[in-house]
Amino acid sequence: MNGEHLESTVEHKPTYGIYILVWLVLMMLTGVTVAVAGINFGNITVATALTIAIIKSYLVLTFFMHLKTETATFKIFVGVALLFLLISIALLFSDYSFL
Amino acid sequence: MSTIAEHTVGHVHRDDIGSRLGMWLFLFTELVLFGGMFLVYAVYRFTYQHEFHVAAKELNTSVGALNTIILLTSSLTIVLSIIAIRKNNKFLSVFFQISTMVLAFGFLVNKYFEWNIKIHHGIFPGSETLLGKGNGEIIFFGLYYVMTGLHALHVIIGVLLIEVMAGYTIKGRINSTNYVRLEAAGLYWHLVDIIWIFLFPLFYLIT
Repeated sequence: MNGEHLESTVEHKPTYGIYILVWLVLMMLTGVTVAVAGINFGNITVATALTIAIIKSYLVLTFFMHLKTETATFKIFVGVALLFLLISIALLFSDYSFL
Repeated sequence: MSTIAEHTVGHVHRDDIGSRLGMWLFLFTELVLFGGMFLVYAVYRFTYQHEFHVAAKELNTSVGALNTIILLTSSLTIVLSIIAIRKNNKFLSVFFQISTMVLAFGFLVNKYFEWNIKIHHGIFPGSETLLGKGNGEIIFFGLYYVMTGLHALHVIIGVLLIEVMAGYTIKGRINSTNYVRLEAAGLYWHLVDIIWIFLFPLFYLIT
């Protein structure tokens, strides 16, 4: 066993509990999305649905995809990727001003 | 046999962090692929607001919600399979991997019936019923079939990947000290889940 192996295997003690908790929160948020969709908030309806979807994705990225325990390199990589997606969205909306 | 494996493993160069980073880089290309489609969706959703609302009424919210629950649960089972193998519990890890595949299969069965009903109602790209509707509705269903179809293709690929991983786990190639392949397959599976997290409200919940 050399150091490289240890680096990825002995980061922290693996436990099931936290993932089950995250799953419960994800289920709850799904329930909220469906319930909220029935109410007409007008323009805020889309915003609410997207906000909940973003929270859910954050939970999946952080816990299920283990970003929480990864090194800073991973977090920066994901940040840059999302930034570029954000830039394309911003440029698109500057072209199509809907509001 | 296990003693040989223990002796050789120390000499094989392995970079788990590099492997995971490589998987993430691949996932970014997937982000661009689906991101582009979501951009197309955004433009037409705002151009044809009313028609999108009318078209979305055709979709069954319960089936969409059920598939969301199935996919989120399968994300849990795949992450639990990684924890199980790290705890050196091979049986439980394989059990969770098989559970993930069963759930994914359930998702696809639901999708099959959902599409089948649409097609029976004459709603599919190029059909007379659909072409008789407005541009907004044609675009909505075009995007619906392309985006959920591409997503379903990813689910199928994910199942095949996990199937290979289950084989590796049974054979012992994936074990408590070497499980990066299972982690990579898990990352792919979670991305498929995240895409669905956005597809669900955008297609099923806009009535």
